[in-house]
Amino acid sequence: MYDIIIVGAGPAGLTSSIYARRAMKKTLVLEALSYGGQIINTLSIDNYPANPNISGFDFATRLYNQAKDLGAEIKFEKVTEIMDSEGFKEVVTTKGSYKTKTIIIATGSENRKLGIPRELELTGKGISYCATCDGAFYKGKDVAVVGGGNTALEDALYLTDVAKTVYLIHRRDEFRGEEALVNALKNKNNIKFIYNSNVTKLNGDNRLESIEISGNDGSKKEILVSGLFVAVGRIPENENFRNVINLDESGYIIASEDCHTNVPGIFVAGDNRVKDVRQLVTAASDGAIAATEAIKFINNR
Amino acid sequence: MEIIDVNKDNFKEEVLESNIPVLVDFNADWCGPCRMVRPILNELAREHDEYKIVSVNIDDEEELAEDYGVSSIPCLVVFKDGNEYDRSIGLRPKEEIESLIGGN
Repeated sequence: MYDIIIVGAGPAGLTSSIYARRAMKKTLVLEALSYGGQIINTLSIDNYPANPNISGFDFATRLYNQAKDLGAEIKFEKVTEIMDSEGFKEVVTTKGSYKTKTIIIATGSENRKLGIPRELELTGKGISYCATCDGAFYKGKDVAVVGGGNTALEDALYLTDVAKTVYLIHRRDEFRGEEALVNALKNKNNIKFIYNSNVTKLNGDNRLESIEISGNDGSKKEILVSGLFVAVGRIPENENFRNVINLDESGYIIASEDCHTNVPGIFVAGDNRVKDVRQLVTAASDGAIAATEAIKFINNR
Repeated sequence: MEIIDVNKDNFKEEVLESNIPVLVDFNADWCGPCRMVRPILNELAREHDEYKIVSVNIDDEEELAEDYGVSSIPCLVVFKDGNEYDRSIGLRPKEEIESLIGGN
């Protein structure tokens, strides 16, 4: 029986494991893909205290090694279900099942898709969800970004330095993202804003050649682009916990800053929790709180 | 087998003319997910000698990336008998990469 099982080896989950191990709790971290979570896509982290310019990969690797050195057990298995039984809890994975006194859910989120035909087929053939990863392939080409938040604005800004023309497509007439970014974009001479519009069709034989844009007024037009960068938000990865844990209407786990879910002994940490600020530092912060609360739960029994 | 670096001069010999299947890892130094994939590929390379794994740095080998339509990395392309057999994009768990090469 484990003291604490942590689901997810991103910054929230690994930080939890550090606190858990420092309190000498028997700790297992279960991860479906690779440690680090979405931070590994970041070229340079410039807003984490005391560590300017570190790459997302280096940050994640240092965190992973720190957790391992402290004795956290880390297994690469996808969690499919959790169960709350009398006196203990159970975590089921694709490879087995584990008993534990407490659980911390730190699964984070994944990219929201546009949800239009051929999106999956053309991913990697013109459709991308990461401008900093794939922007370099579009030197001197025409590309589009779809979205209205900070990620969309940052992607568009990055791409204006690489691509020939960048179309920024947004379904509203105003951006949700920071004004400073919007202003920086407006100063670029190779950006074209397309407001009140959605991407409705993807065209091209083997790779993306053009997209269809539909305006909220019913108008349609086709623009020629070789790349489309999708930045329409993220969705929390909580579906497998829905049977035991209360989620809000967007799928986030309902919990306050103390990271307690509706089930005693099950906690949540990081981007998959209801919260206002989703940053690396707040993920780490949640990790510390959730682990401390889990330790308290175990010691008080 | 060790992973070897391939460029446009030896791509034909190492990949297209290979008598065993080849997994080509298109990657770049600045790409975090590529660096995550690398240890998995190292393990596979050590565990298997019925196929080989080679690495193409897309910054140095723009032409190869262009020729094979790579526009998103990490991109893993499997070649069998000189022809593309399968490919996958993005970070994948070890089991998926294994079945990409071995899959029928």
